[in-house]
Amino acid sequence: MEQITTAEAAGDRTDDMFSHSVVTGEAVLACENVTKEFSVAGGKVVAVDDVSLQFPAGSVLAVVGESGSGKSTLARMLLRLMPVTSGTITFRDQDVTRLHGGHLRGYWREVQAVFQDPFASFNQFFTVGSLLRRSLHLAEVPKDEADDLIEQCLGYVDLTPDQAMGKFPHQLSGGQRQRVMIARALMMKPTVLLADEATSMLDATLRVNVLNVLHDLKHDLGLTVLFITHDIGQACYLADRVAVMEHGRVVERGTTEEVIFDPHGDYTKRLLADVPDLKGSLKRSA
Amino acid sequence: MSAPNAPLTDEKAAPRSNPFRSINLSTRFWVALVLVAFVVVLGMAGWVYPTGPGEKVGSLYDPPGNGLLFGTDNFGHDVVSVLMAGTRTSLIIGLVAGIVATTIGVAIGLISGFVGGWLEELLMGVTNVVLAIPSIIVLILISISLPQSTIWSLAIVIGITSWPWTARAVRAQASSVATREHIDVARLSGSRLPSILLRDVLPYILSYTVMAFVLQVSGAILAEAALSMLGLGPSGANSLGTQLHWALAFQAVASGAWWAFLPPTIILTLVSFGFLLLQASLDEVFNPRLRRGKRRQMKQAAARRAADARALAASRSEQDDDAQDPEGAAVPAAGRGIQEGGVA
Repeated sequence: MEQITTAEAAGDRTDDMFSHSVVTGEAVLACENVTKEFSVAGGKVVAVDDVSLQFPAGSVLAVVGESGSGKSTLARMLLRLMPVTSGTITFRDQDVTRLHGGHLRGYWREVQAVFQDPFASFNQFFTVGSLLRRSLHLAEVPKDEADDLIEQCLGYVDLTPDQAMGKFPHQLSGGQRQRVMIARALMMKPTVLLADEATSMLDATLRVNVLNVLHDLKHDLGLTVLFITHDIGQACYLADRVAVMEHGRVVERGTTEEVIFDPHGDYTKRLLADVPDLKGSLKRSA
Repeated sequence: MSAPNAPLTDEKAAPRSNPFRSINLSTRFWVALVLVAFVVVLGMAGWVYPTGPGEKVGSLYDPPGNGLLFGTDNFGHDVVSVLMAGTRTSLIIGLVAGIVATTIGVAIGLISGFVGGWLEELLMGVTNVVLAIPSIIVLILISISLPQSTIWSLAIVIGITSWPWTARAVRAQASSVATREHIDVARLSGSRLPSILLRDVLPYILSYTVMAFVLQVSGAILAEAALSMLGLGPSGANSLGTQLHWALAFQAVASGAWWAFLPPTIILTLVSFGFLLLQASLDEVFNPRLRRGKRRQMKQAAARRAADARALAASRSEQDDDAQDPEGAAVPAAGRGIQEGGVA
């Protein structure tokens, strides 16, 4: 506790949330006091509790937390796939909390997502080609440019149309599937890409591969990436800023350096202590 | 052995690529198929059978004989010919009613299960109300109120009274598919509700729908028979039910004319048993965990591997003989090792 008191000069501590440096520059996507409650038998569960975050344009923000901390619920609300209980979501200073119909599809032209399970994300009855072509209507491209756009988007993730278009999901590897999903999201030329545990179900080499793809996209296309993960190592590898969530609340936020190398919240410290590293080994400490 | 990263083309060349081998249909399925096929052939045979169902070939209840397999019915018509026409009518009514009931049930089930909320409450409320009304009474009331009863009107009436349980079953399936991730991806790709329902939800419950359809067909054939026996059947057409109706009306049972009522009864039993068996065996086709004959399949696979190993060993030893390799003797031994491993 004393450490936190001394750090308060540099940061801003309210209740149980520690905020390091504040976001400067324009926030492309933001949520304010967003809360989500689920009714369950015998009461309510607050999955996301009064969360306010800003996503500065052209950067990678990671939301870190253990299972059940409300990360994915927050992501689904930001994507407007799930209604909020209270609070507002703004995109470029416009309230998008209650969009529906054509306006909502317009919002999805700007904000896209890649999900956790690279197999469940696919409709197993259709080829990759039909999955990508499905996005053409929303992407608003003329018919003669459609093939070029598909080739371009597959190119961003190091795939060629020959490799992917005619294949069914089960004919692709996990990494390829996840890259196809990223290509699909890019078809709309979005400004924000939300990756919800996008690498959790991949093995270690593919994971780095996908992380690098996300990094290149941010670099080359100026994409704003919201990276949701339970793995603080990946957040450190990719993110410019990190927000730590515990039981539906943001408990610490700041730049990656501040949060990961100078943590103040007890929960963040505990998360960091749980990261297995190459120096500490179970065999050695035993 | 092939390299672990062998290209797909090599796999296609392998003998395993025979698609029918992997399905491995059960005996149950073949029995069901033979039963259903027999009934369908019987229905179609009416077109080539020399006597028409309306042709008078004898008098009241002539016993079998004289070139008539099942004798004559109360009107002096050939029972076989009437049976063929009746089977055809019953199958047509079953199919049309099955299509009507499945279409209504799937549409209501899909929409209420996927959309949820107040729409689901409303549609399921209506479904439960319809389910609570005994459908045979509704069927009788509608049949009586129709000015003229044809096989088509009868089929549609049966169809619109038997959809509720399909709707309920499909709703349960659809609401489970609705929470899957690929639905979110489809929404994010800008797909609208009809497209999502038809492309992302329906294919996942199609196997279930096909099974429900088979049951609906069987149920509709029996419902038609029940209505027709009560005298509410299609006017001017023969069906298995009307045949039973006339047999009852003209005292076939009391006068011992078994050939007038037993054939349609047996065909009705075969039809409904065949369809029920087909439905049960389709479950095995669609759900690999219920498949039987796993052991036989594994034996076949082992035999195939052993044959491959023998062929490999033979080709190796030939090569070795050609090259006069001094170490050639070791290779067939290795080949035998593979063969034994394959059989075990």
